[in-house]
Amino acid sequence: MVKSTTKDAQDLFHSLRSAYVATPTNLKIIDLYVCFAVFTALIQVAYMALVGSFPFNSFLSGVLSCIGTAVLAVCLRIQVNKENKEFKDLAPERAFADFVLCNLVLHLVIINFLG
Amino acid sequence: MMAGSGLHFVVLILAVAICGAASVFQPISDSHRSAAVDVFVPVDGSYKSLEEAYEALKTLEILGIDKKSDLSSRTCENVVKVLGSSSSTLKDAFYALSVNGILKCKTGEAVLLKDIVSQLQAGVKGAKSLLDFYYSVRGLVLVKEQFSGTDLSIGDAEAIFRSIKTLSQTDGRWRYSSNNPESSTFAADLAFETLAGVISLAPSEIDQSLIQTLKTGILKLFDSIQKYDDGTFYFDEKSVDASQSPISTTASVIKGLTSFAASESTGLNLPGDKIVGLAKFLLGVGIPGDAKDFFNQIDALACLEDNRFSVPLILSLPSTVISLSKKEPLKVKVSTVLGSTAPALSVKLTQAISSRSKDSSVINNQELKFDADSATYFLDSFPKNFDVGKYTFIFEIVLDDSANEKAYITEAQTKVPIAATGVISIENAEIAVLDSDLGSVESQKKLDLTKDGAVSLSANHLQKLRLSFQLTSPLGHVFKPHQAFFKLKHESQVEHIFLVKTSAKKSELVLDFLGLVEKLYYLSGKYEIQLTIGDASMENSLLSNIGHIELDLPERPEKAPRPPVQSTESHSSYGPKAEISHIFRIPEKLPAKQLSLVFLGLIVLPFIGFLIGLTQLGANIKSFPSSAGSAIPALLFHGGIAAVLLLYVLFWWKLDLFTTLKGVSLLGVFLLFVGHRTLSQLAAASNKLKSA
Repeated sequence: MVKSTTKDAQDLFHSLRSAYVATPTNLKIIDLYVCFAVFTALIQVAYMALVGSFPFNSFLSGVLSCIGTAVLAVCLRIQVNKENKEFKDLAPERAFADFVLCNLVLHLVIINFLG
Repeated sequence: MMAGSGLHFVVLILAVAICGAASVFQPISDSHRSAAVDVFVPVDGSYKSLEEAYEALKTLEILGIDKKSDLSSRTCENVVKVLGSSSSTLKDAFYALSVNGILKCKTGEAVLLKDIVSQLQAGVKGAKSLLDFYYSVRGLVLVKEQFSGTDLSIGDAEAIFRSIKTLSQTDGRWRYSSNNPESSTFAADLAFETLAGVISLAPSEIDQSLIQTLKTGILKLFDSIQKYDDGTFYFDEKSVDASQSPISTTASVIKGLTSFAASESTGLNLPGDKIVGLAKFLLGVGIPGDAKDFFNQIDALACLEDNRFSVPLILSLPSTVISLSKKEPLKVKVSTVLGSTAPALSVKLTQAISSRSKDSSVINNQELKFDADSATYFLDSFPKNFDVGKYTFIFEIVLDDSANEKAYITEAQTKVPIAATGVISIENAEIAVLDSDLGSVESQKKLDLTKDGAVSLSANHLQKLRLSFQLTSPLGHVFKPHQAFFKLKHESQVEHIFLVKTSAKKSELVLDFLGLVEKLYYLSGKYEIQLTIGDASMENSLLSNIGHIELDLPERPEKAPRPPVQSTESHSSYGPKAEISHIFRIPEKLPAKQLSLVFLGLIVLPFIGFLIGLTQLGANIKSFPSSAGSAIPALLFHGGIAAVLLLYVLFWWKLDLFTTLKGVSLLGVFLLFVGHRTLSQLAAASNKLKSA
């Protein structure tokens, strides 16, 4: 029984991986960017757990910057994905412009809150 | 009313309501002279400017102080230099001539004179402001006074008169120039002196009606006079940022008036009490601390001393205390403002009103005798009902009928506060201990308050202490002293003070120890007794140690207040206080520096991982436009984003939110255009690819 579950898991993993390879490159870039942002957030949380949250505003600012930019990247991915029927009419350049603008506003607020 | 005629002044105004305060004014005396030497003789032997030199020398001359010769010679050198050069300003020439008038320097050839005269005449013709007119016209007057035989003409005198007159205003003040709307009372003095100079230089040419309008203008100026309660009058500038003090403004008005009155013949009708009030104001200043104020005071008083329309006379008293025991007479002096002798007159004491009974006067219409040796008037006999206390004496000056060269004016009434002192006799002084219930005397001792006694009493808390005495004035009335204090001082230095009350018959103090037990802090033991009696009218005020009293008080209960700790050191309250240790907020514990640096490195790791992943995925910038027309917007777009991020870094480092927002808005607009351009080009390119 155990063997079958591990084999199932392995099979699942392989199928996911092969499906993922088929995704277009630009989406993969966006996925990579999201992972990078999340990792940075995790490292910040680990640091805070270690040394305490003294300048709490700085901690929040850093973590929320990472999470915010990850969220915006996810939105970009949704809008750029050609398989997504809802956003068929939206040009990917427009989505990218929105992404840049929202990021700039987010980072302004973050820098202000950083202190 | 007062000009030019020695009228007989008999003005008896019975003062129904005395609302003005009484005060004594002293004419200029030797203390002024010694102060003038300190103020006006420079230490290094020379004056900073001719204006200062003129003020100092004029003051010293008026006060009759001798000038040092080396000072004079150095100042004369300066004067000759200014008068000789043709490029000196009107102001310098004017002050040089003024100083020359005092020092009478030897100026040398008459050639110098012609230059000065022509310069001043040119100044008169080309004068635009009041100061220019003043310096040039007064300069010409000085030249005329000092160098006889010079031909001086100022051109069309009437035209000059009129052009100066245009600067006058309806409220009596004058403007400095036709461009400047600012007006001041000080400018009025400059105007009057200038016009007086014009009149004196060309006396026959000026129309009398012009002079008349000027006189009404002067009287208008008097509408702005201000008054203090003690009867002094003064002028003050209305404008807020006046650089002129009341002293200089008042002095300037007096100078202007006297010079104008001296120049023309018909005389000026000025209110006499106001002139005396102005003189009193200047005298009331005392010795001014400032050199300019000192000069203004003395110069104005000199003008008042020697002028044609009215010379004020000041009544002063060397001492305002009458001692009934010494039987000295009350002396009164009458003199001019600078201290010179007054003409023949008589002084009358119309009323002497006591502070106790304000409606009736003790002395009425007593004429003072005159002592020719010391030039003082004195009153040596006082009526029988003249008791000690505070009085207000009202004096009147009556000028003699004989013709005087000058017109003198005095105040209608001079009120002077006088204190009468005398020896107060103390009788029936005794101290007793009474039993409180029955009021019977347990022990009684007679006291001689003029010397310290060694009375010894004892009492307990159920008894009373009674002190009584009688104070009688020289006339036999009961005297109520201003201060009558009874002090009990314990061995431990704790003191208590009680007031002795005076009734119609005697002064008495009763201390009921039953009620005072708490006040005395339940301290039993030996108390020293001290009595103080004092008053301004009492010549024999006393402080006597009567003796001591043994007090037997009950034990202190728990809640009673403790006596205050008497510090034995006298310096303890003045020494340095204890050091205050401030408690600051403990700073938060920060992590170790190395740990922070390690994590900084760790943070950079995901970014490196991102870059590696990008290369592995095969990300490229192939679709970066290559043609120049499209490359530039693309470059600018990326550059713009980089600039915004850089601005954010600067914001975190140095700037504040508002500058950043300004920068961001600018860059944002730029990015909007450039980005739109680039992205639309990219979209067009990808559309072409799709369709193709």
